[in-house]
Amino acid sequence: MKKINSREEFDQLKKELEMLYNQNKKRIIVCKGTGCTASGSVKVIEAFEQEIERAGLSDTVEIKRTGCHGFCEKGPIVAILPEDIFYQQVSVEDVPEIIERTIRKGDLIDKLLYQDPKTKQKYVYTHDVPFYAKQKRIIFHHNGLIDPTRIEDYLGFGGYEAFVKAIFEMTPEEVIDEVKKSGLRGRGGGGFLTGLKWEFCSKAKGKPKYLICNADEGDPGAFMDRSLLEGNPHLVLEGMLIAGYAIGAHRGYIYVRAEYPLAITNLKIAIAQGQELGILGQNILGTDFSFDVMIKEGAGAFVCGEETALMASIEGRRGMPRPRPPFPAVKGLWGKPSNINNVETFANVPFIITKGSQWYSEIGTEKSKGTKIFALAGKVNNTGLVEVPMGITLREIIFDIGGGPPKGRKFKAVQLGGPSGGCIPEEHLDVPIDYDSLISLGAIMGSGGMIVMDAANCMVDVARFFLEFIQNESCGKCIPCRIGTKRMLEIVTRITEGKGEEADLELLQELAEGIKATALCGLGQTAPNPVLSTLRYFADEYRAHILEKRCPAHCCIALIKFEVDVDLCKRCGLCKKVCPAGAVSWMPKTAASINKSLCIKCKTCIENCPAQAII
Amino acid sequence: MTNSIAEISQAKAILVIGSNTTEAHPIIALQVKKAVRKNGSKLIVADPRPIALTKIADIWLQLRPGTNIALLNGMMKVIIDEGLADQRFIAERTEGYEEFKKVVDRYDLELVSQITGVPASLIQEAARIYAQAEAASILYAMGVTQHRSGTDQVLAIANLAMLTGNVGKENSGVNPLRGQNNVQGACDMGCLPNVLPGYQSIADPHILSRFEEKWGVSLSNKPGLTVTEIFQGALAGEIKGLYIMGENPMLSDPDIHKVEKALRSLDFLVVQDIFLTETAQMADVVLPAVSFAEKEGTVTNTERRVQKMNKAIQTVGEGMEDWKIICELATLMGYPMRYRCAEEIFQEIADLTPSYGGMTYQRIEQEGGLQWPCPSTQHPGTKYLHHRRFARGLGKFTPVEYSPPAEIADAEYPFTLTTGRKLFHYHTGSMSRRVAPLQEIYPEGYLEISAEDAQAINVASHEEVVVKSRRGEIKVRALISDRMPRGVVFLPFHFHESPANALTNPVIDPVAKIPELKVCAVKIERLATGD
Amino acid sequence: MEEKKIYLSINGKEVASAPSQTILEVARENKVFIPTLCDCQNLSPFGACRLCLVEVAGLPKLVPACSTPVAAGMKIRTDSEKIDQYRRLIVELLLSDHEPDCMFCEKAGDCLLQDLAYQYGLKNSRLKGERRAALIDDSNPFIERDNSKCILCGRCVRVCDEVQGVSAIGFIGRGFQTRIGTPFNRKLNCEFCGQCIASCPVGALTSKPARRKGRKWQTRWVKTICPYCGCGCNLTLHIKDNEIVGVHSDSSSPNEGYLCSKGRFGYEFVHHPDRLQFPLIRKGGQLVRAEWYEALRLVATKFQEIKSRHGNNTLAGLSSAKCTNEENYLFQKFVRAVLGTNNVDHCARL
Repeated sequence: MKKINSREEFDQLKKELEMLYNQNKKRIIVCKGTGCTASGSVKVIEAFEQEIERAGLSDTVEIKRTGCHGFCEKGPIVAILPEDIFYQQVSVEDVPEIIERTIRKGDLIDKLLYQDPKTKQKYVYTHDVPFYAKQKRIIFHHNGLIDPTRIEDYLGFGGYEAFVKAIFEMTPEEVIDEVKKSGLRGRGGGGFLTGLKWEFCSKAKGKPKYLICNADEGDPGAFMDRSLLEGNPHLVLEGMLIAGYAIGAHRGYIYVRAEYPLAITNLKIAIAQGQELGILGQNILGTDFSFDVMIKEGAGAFVCGEETALMASIEGRRGMPRPRPPFPAVKGLWGKPSNINNVETFANVPFIITKGSQWYSEIGTEKSKGTKIFALAGKVNNTGLVEVPMGITLREIIFDIGGGPPKGRKFKAVQLGGPSGGCIPEEHLDVPIDYDSLISLGAIMGSGGMIVMDAANCMVDVARFFLEFIQNESCGKCIPCRIGTKRMLEIVTRITEGKGEEADLELLQELAEGIKATALCGLGQTAPNPVLSTLRYFADEYRAHILEKRCPAHCCIALIKFEVDVDLCKRCGLCKKVCPAGAVSWMPKTAASINKSLCIKCKTCIENCPAQAII
Repeated sequence: MTNSIAEISQAKAILVIGSNTTEAHPIIALQVKKAVRKNGSKLIVADPRPIALTKIADIWLQLRPGTNIALLNGMMKVIIDEGLADQRFIAERTEGYEEFKKVVDRYDLELVSQITGVPASLIQEAARIYAQAEAASILYAMGVTQHRSGTDQVLAIANLAMLTGNVGKENSGVNPLRGQNNVQGACDMGCLPNVLPGYQSIADPHILSRFEEKWGVSLSNKPGLTVTEIFQGALAGEIKGLYIMGENPMLSDPDIHKVEKALRSLDFLVVQDIFLTETAQMADVVLPAVSFAEKEGTVTNTERRVQKMNKAIQTVGEGMEDWKIICELATLMGYPMRYRCAEEIFQEIADLTPSYGGMTYQRIEQEGGLQWPCPSTQHPGTKYLHHRRFARGLGKFTPVEYSPPAEIADAEYPFTLTTGRKLFHYHTGSMSRRVAPLQEIYPEGYLEISAEDAQAINVASHEEVVVKSRRGEIKVRALISDRMPRGVVFLPFHFHESPANALTNPVIDPVAKIPELKVCAVKIERLATGD
Repeated sequence: MEEKKIYLSINGKEVASAPSQTILEVARENKVFIPTLCDCQNLSPFGACRLCLVEVAGLPKLVPACSTPVAAGMKIRTDSEKIDQYRRLIVELLLSDHEPDCMFCEKAGDCLLQDLAYQYGLKNSRLKGERRAALIDDSNPFIERDNSKCILCGRCVRVCDEVQGVSAIGFIGRGFQTRIGTPFNRKLNCEFCGQCIASCPVGALTSKPARRKGRKWQTRWVKTICPYCGCGCNLTLHIKDNEIVGVHSDSSSPNEGYLCSKGRFGYEFVHHPDRLQFPLIRKGGQLVRAEWYEALRLVATKFQEIKSRHGNNTLAGLSSAKCTNEENYLFQKFVRAVLGTNNVDHCARL
């Protein structure tokens, strides 16, 4: 593309691109996000290309490879515009049929439509699918529309307008003020007011100033930042440009996990395009504002998501947090004033500038504004990324959007906020969620991980799992986190093995509170949360393990007898069928029994038993 | 040093020239590191080798061995040409500027770059950094002095400091780093052929008569001989008897074959030491002294700080403190010396040495050492020298010209040998090589050589080679080192098995009489295998 | 320029301080004890041990005293029951992962962890569990590292980086298995200055030459000056049974307590069997043992002889840059006044 040197040239280019975008043109949108790629979307795209070529439709039908649509469970996802027909789990074999029937004739293909597993109702249009219907997709809006490798697409949908508005019509102070008024809070976990953070950095003495985008998404199961970077990298760049202008930084770093190759590729393309177009670099659009972005690939340490550790890592040192003060706004990267925000936070900024803080602050609750993206996972029918307004209830997300636990099993709890988050039980599902309500429930917003658990999940085991993660990822610097979480893990493990003692619960509580109060960084301070929240809501399960040597969820292997409860057994014989070790004997119409000398305790029978009769 | 060690970290720019500070003065190197890393000072290193400090240096001037004067003159020309000289300092505190300027004027960057091998732009940048710093400090050591032109090199450094007003101020000055724990004190105490304690000239009749009066003898006003001249004298039969206390010239002095010959020519050699050194082995009488841990006394470090050593253990064997031995000898020779303790001697020193005049053991211990000059008991000692006035009044610019080293690598002796110290050893090794862990970590001397040169002569690392100069040859293992520039090889002088000074050139600086240990020409041969 | 004073309170008592100071510095100036493990003179605050956490009125979380600057009007509590409980827990955690080796440990009696365990009366930690295995690195002749005693205070890492500028060691591994080692487990690239040993508050880093020669407090200390280069570093020799068994340097000395490998480890020569124990006289080409009077008389006679036969100026003396001022003074006095010549020099030029 030709470099543009002024606002006029920018406006002219936008006009041309908008005219080029024919609203009525047939478009086949194929998701090329990581999820759909894994389920085969690349082959589907190739098939569409060949098929369209063969059908001689190349001039009238356009194929768009887009970023993630969120509903990864049902990939590969194909949408057909302008109607917005939603096809799911599309295979290469389906492609000729789609071209023949839907594109040529306008017919629907029934088997590709989404069917609600509970109501069995089928849906035609994307916006009607329950997974999408209750969402408010602002940040993700373009993810399903544009090709992330084409800056023209982004520009065609209003891209970089916010940035142009900021640098031509607003002073840096006005930008900060607008972001402050919007009430935007950091989406990386802490929930600190973004505008205020910018203000600290802009007022800090010292030059140069650095802007950092934290794309070190480390929570297991969370991939919203990845989806944004893969599907709409320019949106993040635009947010960074606006922030850079606001705080007076001329260099931005994106700290992204090396495990995100597609995000890195698309970011690199986007940065190169931005530089070529003159939206990044020296004297952007003829102004005296200069800004460049560098990518720093992280090596996958969880703690590098902590901002001081992240900066140490950029500097080439070991990723270890340091005490604050001094805060990064005063003394950050290379000892200079630095501002660090997470990917999703930056992605919010252009909307605030374009549509105004007034519009933005109308979404959400009193203290938490805008939307939040959650990664819905676990025992739920519809897994994927969902963007919802703050203030929505957990019940709406889990049951209306997520479709509740599969196989009609009973919901038990939802784990929120990543490894250092907490579990919330059924009784609190109707609380409108925002940063503060989650904390009062013993969880945190975190980066938006949301893991649904049903009756088969043992809460002690859940706590153990997260503790183990935290312990392995502890940087080892401070004593409470390094040794404290190790001791907690040992105690919880002991309990799951039936070796717990009554005094353990008190010790756990003491350790948890001590670590929370004394650990150096956020990782350590929140590390005891999984234990604290499960102790708070599920103390009974702990006690059953300790006193009765019983795991109520039949999950902890050491506490399972691997015996069949004859009263519960439906005599279906499924256990015999699935047992890989031939340890189950069963005759029709009789209760099954397990030969313990053959049993390898793989739990396959338990997972398949429809009656939870194996104890 | 004109400054104190602690001032180094406060300098805004530091020029390290001819000093491998990290290895020879490790604790002073810490100050340089602190300056750069904590205080943001600029560091310029001028050294043929990439020493440890070059890693943190802003500029590394990798000059050819022996070309310091050309480099310094080149820097000074840049400073003068770019108007960076401190005209006020020159006018108020110095003389001889015009003549000096004429000489420096001939050193244009192109010529200097040609002589030194350093790119002109780097010399220019170094000059600017040094001249523009609020306080600049120069650290130098034997890479400057151990040359035929050593005195001139020191003068060039002084010129540079005066030109920019970087001397006689806090944190800025000219700082030679002394290599041995009391080399400063030995000089201060008048162990030099031309001066009495406190650098008081033997040629000054008033001074001489004061000493004659105090000592109760008549003294000669004829300057004596320097070390190198003493050995020449011995060879010529003019020196018959020699008394060596705690020195090992058989390893430390240039061209040790010549030293050996000189020692053999003597009628009588007395060596007083704590080990039977290479030199002691040649003595007629060996007198056992005691180590630092077995005696009391004072030593003066490189920042002129006089500090107290204390007796920690009882004497080993029949050894005797050096001062007691001297007393016994003097008394036997009809000049009774009856000091009861080291403190009594120190009182006499203070009495006769104005710069030590205000010092007492009590003050030294209470005040954490005292830096001379400390002329009176009320004087707190002197942190930095030449404040407001130089010793001679005005600082004198002395124009100096570059002259090449005496011996240049040629077809027959194609390598330039430079010698020096290693971190884990000390001087002739008589102490450090008798420390098991130091000996374990660095057991023998190596000839450090660049990978290219090693390849050219077909030598692998750790392979034994013969190094030959016009004066001698030694066997030593080669060590391929990324520190060595092509054509230059390095040998430490600590090791009697591979004595570097068997090769070095005894040519001396005409004024300071310092030998040119930093440059001589050698050839290297693979040791024939199979014998 | 004198900084303006500000006023704040510690445990209810009003104190004055400079605004650039940390809470820990002000507390120490006012004799308020705050336990620390990772804090170390001249090194940047690290905030790892968490023992120095204090309460500041108005702040929601405890703050580390070592890295938090004071502010005017700050109300600090260092001694609340809660803080005491947390400190106790931290020490208990450390003890739960520490080889109970005080009986044999070089640092027993001079160990910060031992002091804390004593102070808090923690004989048995309630916390039992896995301990890091003893990973002893004694691959060099100077320094032994026992990772099972290491509390990971990072002092050694920081002194190696910030003071020595070498960065030979760093934190490696993660979680409970974090330890100090060389980057990527490569060969140790070390100057063996031993600054790390001096900075280690526990028995994880010890001087190999000093092993089992007597704990620091069992020795007599004599202050003196290093016999090696011209830096003039202050040494404190540790003496036991007339033997030098160790060395340290006071942090208040001009060398700030820092030494090099020679200064810290280079004392063995004093006791080396090669030491000259008695005078030697050359007889029949061989140097043989002599009595002092015999040797001294021979020297005196020979010098007199040469003097009278060939003149004063055929005698010369070489003094020593390794001897004291007093000895150098006497030597030149001897040469000038007794031998009667100015032929005196030393090896200043070498």
